[in-house]
Amino acid sequence: MLEVKDLQVSYGQSEVIGNLAFEVGRNETLAIMGRNGMGKTTLMKALMGILRSRKGSVKLDGKDLTKMESYQRVAAGLAFVPQGRMIFSALTVQENIETGLETADSKTIPDDIFALFPVLHEMRKRKGGNLSGGQQQQLAIARALVSEPKVLILDEPTEGIQPSVIKDIARVLNEIRKTREISILVSEQVLSFTLAIADRLLVIDKGRFIHENRRDQVDAEKIKQYLSV
Amino acid sequence: MGGYTFSELGSIFVMQGFSGLSLFCVYLLMALGLAIIFGQMGVINMAHGEFLTMGAYTTYFMSKLAVDHFPALVGIYFPFAIILGFLIAFGMGYLLEVLLIRHLYKRPLDTLLATWGVSLVLQQVFRSAFGAREVSATLPAWLLGSVKPTETIDIPLNGLFMMGLTLVLSLLVFIFLFRSRWGLKVRATTQNRVMSGGVGINTKKVDRMTFAVGCGIAGVAGAVFTTIASTGPTTGSLYIVDTFLVVVFGGAASLVGTVASAFSIAQAQSVLEFFLTSSIAKVLTLLTVITVIMARPEGLFTIRVRK
Repeated sequence: MLEVKDLQVSYGQSEVIGNLAFEVGRNETLAIMGRNGMGKTTLMKALMGILRSRKGSVKLDGKDLTKMESYQRVAAGLAFVPQGRMIFSALTVQENIETGLETADSKTIPDDIFALFPVLHEMRKRKGGNLSGGQQQQLAIARALVSEPKVLILDEPTEGIQPSVIKDIARVLNEIRKTREISILVSEQVLSFTLAIADRLLVIDKGRFIHENRRDQVDAEKIKQYLSV
Repeated sequence: MGGYTFSELGSIFVMQGFSGLSLFCVYLLMALGLAIIFGQMGVINMAHGEFLTMGAYTTYFMSKLAVDHFPALVGIYFPFAIILGFLIAFGMGYLLEVLLIRHLYKRPLDTLLATWGVSLVLQQVFRSAFGAREVSATLPAWLLGSVKPTETIDIPLNGLFMMGLTLVLSLLVFIFLFRSRWGLKVRATTQNRVMSGGVGINTKKVDRMTFAVGCGIAGVAGAVFTTIASTGPTTGSLYIVDTFLVVVFGGAASLVGTVASAFSIAQAQSVLEFFLTSSIAKVLTLLTVITVIMARPEGLFTIRVRK
């Protein structure tokens, strides 16, 4: 579904991502794990066209995205839930979700979104900035989902969120994958969350993949070692 | 109070209040466009006044055309002048955005210098093309005259017309910003440009349209402006500082704030001017504004969310 080849991203002279290659299969959830500063967010931003890649290609369903701007990538079928959620704090919850409808055929929020996130329906008139962290995270996911993506990209969705809400988010992501048949690419540091959703894990270190495993074969101890500082 | 009788004082307040309302309309019409461009996009557009001048000259030439060649149309040219004023200012704004402003979004202070330069250039262009003398549009008969509700009160019709138009335009801007899909995109983009791209909004297109619409509104302001004053090359620049004052005082992101602040500044100036000199009136207004801004740095009206 999503095919990345030889991707290289640098900030000036310092190379953050060096020749990464991976693929996210149809209806697969792939997790990319790694410590802070190892290039997870840089990779996600490069996939979304927020950062320019120096080299390499990104293809979605056979379509080349490499030269596209962010909004064109969304139109092509990517959706993004960034680190820190980045909801529009002065817009209401409803307006926040509506911004995601830009590439959708209908400009009204489909009912199943509120079925997934009942709390957002309750709070739809409130300003996004006045929601709690966990609610904002759900809002960011809802905003991404309404564009009806083929691949949903989430950058550290559990950062700064309490454990019970993390479980909720894992449940929602599993449900989305099943009912909508989309692929999910997620970057994470929390192993328990990753094991609850991912089919496959990659560990990134200094911009390179150093470990790959399927969920059923995961050696939790080894991955914990990679993640510990 | 200078030997006025009580009823004379009442009339003075009503009439000065009304002339304050006319000033309020000019401020508000200018500030609406500026509130979009400065408040929403963060661009300090010093050339905003020149877009008002464009609208005013457009109206002047439309009226000249009507008087010289189509005398039958003198009564009805005005609405068309407003539309044409909008279109010309919109088009020039669009051009300015493409050629200059879009390269400066990450440098707000540079937009100040660059647009100030544009403002000077445009003023000279007006001077060279249309002459330094002020010109006045020939107003249709239905805009002349006044209403006299009592013996001592005299309310001009053109002022009433301007007020009505300001009201309509403010409503349209409100609907555009808060009830339309375009407005949603504008507000999203100004809050977080990168993320707006990340949810699928073509932010460059939004910027271009927003800037052009803001300039277009100034063009309408210019067309309306011709009903109360004459037009010269520097007409718009006379109001630019006061307009920025209005936008900053009201709270850059708030439309209601812009209206409230345009109203209070214009009224204060107008009523104080009658009893004191105009420079003392200005000093008092500025002092009040400074005090309020010190207490509320984000202006009168702000949107409250956790940071």
